[in-house]
Amino acid sequence: MTLIGFAVTTALLLYSIAICVAMVRLFRGPHAQDRILALDFIFLVATLMMLALAIRYDSSMYFEGALLMALFGFVSSAAMAKFLLRGEVIE
Amino acid sequence: MINDALVAALLLVSGAAALISSLGLLRLRDFFLRMHAPAICYTLGSWSIGLASVLYFSAGEKQLTLHVWLVVVILAVTAPITTVLLARAALFRSRQAGRAIPKPLLSAAPVPDKPLEE
Repeated sequence: MTLIGFAVTTALLLYSIAICVAMVRLFRGPHAQDRILALDFIFLVATLMMLALAIRYDSSMYFEGALLMALFGFVSSAAMAKFLLRGEVIE
Repeated sequence: MINDALVAALLLVSGAAALISSLGLLRLRDFFLRMHAPAICYTLGSWSIGLASVLYFSAGEKQLTLHVWLVVVILAVTAPITTVLLARAALFRSRQAGRAIPKPLLSAAPVPDKPLEE
């Protein structure tokens, strides 16, 4: 196994552990804002995971996936925070 | 060879940043403290894996490929918006529920919110 292959595998493993730890906060979080924070973090780590997969499979097809993941994470977190603030998303 | 080592080191740094910030998300005791934890992943994690991708694909294609950096820029632009919205929502909900909220940064008495007169 090459050096980069080992590093990518380790990084993907660390990302997976990070998502699992954030899932604990997602299910346990005492308030709704804790859950939104954990979900936003999971979206972020999934975006980084896409970039790591792009290196792993040596293909630039994953960038569009990472871009979409980042944008959807932002839109969903902003919409949920707006919902907590106002009780409706679009006013 | 040096490029490979650099890419591997940046990947490991990014994974470690993600793990550290998830542990912070789990272990800090207050929501307003917990909001600080994902910032490590938003800055160090995304910057280091973006640099790793730029180095790896630039070496592979023998030219400078910067389109990965777009993801990092988008993350850097959108993170503060989400954070401010979420912090305001959490402040609002904590005030409504009568829970303790952090003290304002200015020591002077807070100015009451007045609607602007048209």
